[in-house]
Amino acid sequence: MGQLQGIGASSGIAIAKVYRLEAPDLTYDKTKIDQPADEIKRLHDAIDVSKSELEKIKEHTKKTLGDEHAEIFSAHLLVLSDPELINPIEDKIKSEDVNAEAALDETADMFINMFKNMDNEYMKERAADIQDVTKRVMAHLLNVTFPDPALINEEVVIVADDLTPSDTAQLNKQYVKGFTTDIGGRTSHSAIMARSLEIPAVVGTKDVTRQAENDSMIIVDGIDGNVILDPTSDEIETYQQKLADFEKKKQEWAKLKDEPTKTSEGEHVELVANIGTPEDVEGVLNNGGEGVGLYRTEFLYMGKNQLPTEEEQYDAYSSVLKQMGDKPVVVRTLDIGGDKELDYLDLPKEMNPFLGFRAIRLCLERDDIFRIQLRALLRASVHGNLKIMFPMIATLDEFRQAKTILNEEKDKLVQEGQDVSDQIEVGMMVEIPATAVIARQFAKEVDFFSIGTNDLIQYTMAADRMNERVSYLYQPYNPAILNLVNNVIEAAHSEGKWAGMCGEMAGDEIAIPLLLSLGLDEFSMSATSVLPARTQIKSLSKQELASYKDEILAMGTAEEVVDFIKDKANLV
Amino acid sequence: MVEKTFNITSADGVHARPATVLVQNAGKYESDINLHYKEKAVNLKSIMGIMSLGIPAGAEVKITAEGNDEQEAIDHLATTMKNEGLGE
Repeated sequence: MGQLQGIGASSGIAIAKVYRLEAPDLTYDKTKIDQPADEIKRLHDAIDVSKSELEKIKEHTKKTLGDEHAEIFSAHLLVLSDPELINPIEDKIKSEDVNAEAALDETADMFINMFKNMDNEYMKERAADIQDVTKRVMAHLLNVTFPDPALINEEVVIVADDLTPSDTAQLNKQYVKGFTTDIGGRTSHSAIMARSLEIPAVVGTKDVTRQAENDSMIIVDGIDGNVILDPTSDEIETYQQKLADFEKKKQEWAKLKDEPTKTSEGEHVELVANIGTPEDVEGVLNNGGEGVGLYRTEFLYMGKNQLPTEEEQYDAYSSVLKQMGDKPVVVRTLDIGGDKELDYLDLPKEMNPFLGFRAIRLCLERDDIFRIQLRALLRASVHGNLKIMFPMIATLDEFRQAKTILNEEKDKLVQEGQDVSDQIEVGMMVEIPATAVIARQFAKEVDFFSIGTNDLIQYTMAADRMNERVSYLYQPYNPAILNLVNNVIEAAHSEGKWAGMCGEMAGDEIAIPLLLSLGLDEFSMSATSVLPARTQIKSLSKQELASYKDEILAMGTAEEVVDFIKDKANLV
Repeated sequence: MVEKTFNITSADGVHARPATVLVQNAGKYESDINLHYKEKAVNLKSIMGIMSLGIPAGAEVKITAEGNDEQEAIDHLATTMKNEGLGE
């Protein structure tokens, strides 16, 4: 029994058995043995189990990701049948009287080093394959569990230090009911993925991996950010009731799916969703999104060995635009660098990546990469309602340069006889306080603003959002942030432009009345937040909230703001 | 013993996917089957052996087979080389 407080990263409730996803301890003792035949049998048993697991993973991958991705496991299986690997291990056991663990490790190491030292990138990667495969055999020799999230076939809650995007991508929603981690916050990758998969999650518990034991029961409450270990039957019952209430609420929300978002006096505001891939569009439409407010294009560039081609990008952008029909789709151009690395670009490590060479800074220097993306976007523009925005703009000059490059590519395409829409709005992200301060000057040249709150808050408060020790400074309701947001909205309106917000803040129930009060036009959030937000906005009067604007902007602390708005917006 | 010589025409040389198929097919025969490239010879039933050769496009390689089913083996592997677009 025990309870942990974390951060609710994805709402919902999961009640299931613990499945610890961790790198197994593969240390072993090298020992002398006297029955080599027994040792060789142990080796073959471990290899056979590993092979049957790899067969299953291969089949699973084939079904979920296709033949091409499954191919790698055919090669892994051959490694485990390879006489050049198996024979030397057996010889070592026989001639040196050592245990199978030592023989496997030493032989595999020899091959791994041989491949690592080859003067060929491709061969170097094969070293990682051999390592992967022999680790699995080693785990079976040592009788420790080798975790395969793709192979889970009963209902579980995953417990891990952190989840990588590829771990999260392997999760099967049918069996993985939720997850909880030691580290991370609402905006970490695993949290964002959890919301798009609609799996309940609590992150940042600091301690869950130390306390949760495999196969014991656990409750993950993504609504309030609680994790309960070894719950009593009373606790299970309470949470089953809470889950039932949550499901009921979801059904209420679903009724608003096809309705426009209106405040209590009937004024329309736009509720749109954030996406990362064309597959996410389905979730947007199912959750009643009125458009896409942020299409993060980084995923096209990540997890591969080279830059995506113009065709690949064109296909992805066209697919999103076609699926969305005449609804707006705001695409953010490449935001890479900083903490989001691309191995194949070979960028130097930086002391301070969030303040470094990233996003538009990188794109303006590597305009070869930037131009390919813009061409793909411009060509796709005929398939829907495209808007383009540039990330991490700090100066007017950067915006002008980016727009010039866009226009150059557009002219080239038109000369080549390609159709390009001439209705494309071109805007910018407001993440850097410098741009929020002089938003009036920017408003004359942009078609719209989209405020990226995660970065705007971290830059304004000078607090690294990955650093838990300064996480108390991540204050979306701090009057400093609200005054900057207000500046941007007023600047946009004074030039007849619109202002949106695409950070996590836009879907937050405390922030929504504040942002209505400031007059925000567009709210872009996780798809699953759209219906709860629409329900909330229906009960709020924009006129009434607007009358508190000056009072709110004059407040001194985030606590004052929160207390005030909770009272006015009837939040408990 | 039987042998056959091939010119690698595939632009990527002998890369992972065709190498996998070659090894899978070689494994179906009892005979000892080797792949010779430059001064080296490796067991064609070993994926790591083949990849360790790092055979580039344009290379000349030789396959030898020795054993009860040597003729069937080498004919099958010649077809595999062709089907996988490696060379003839």
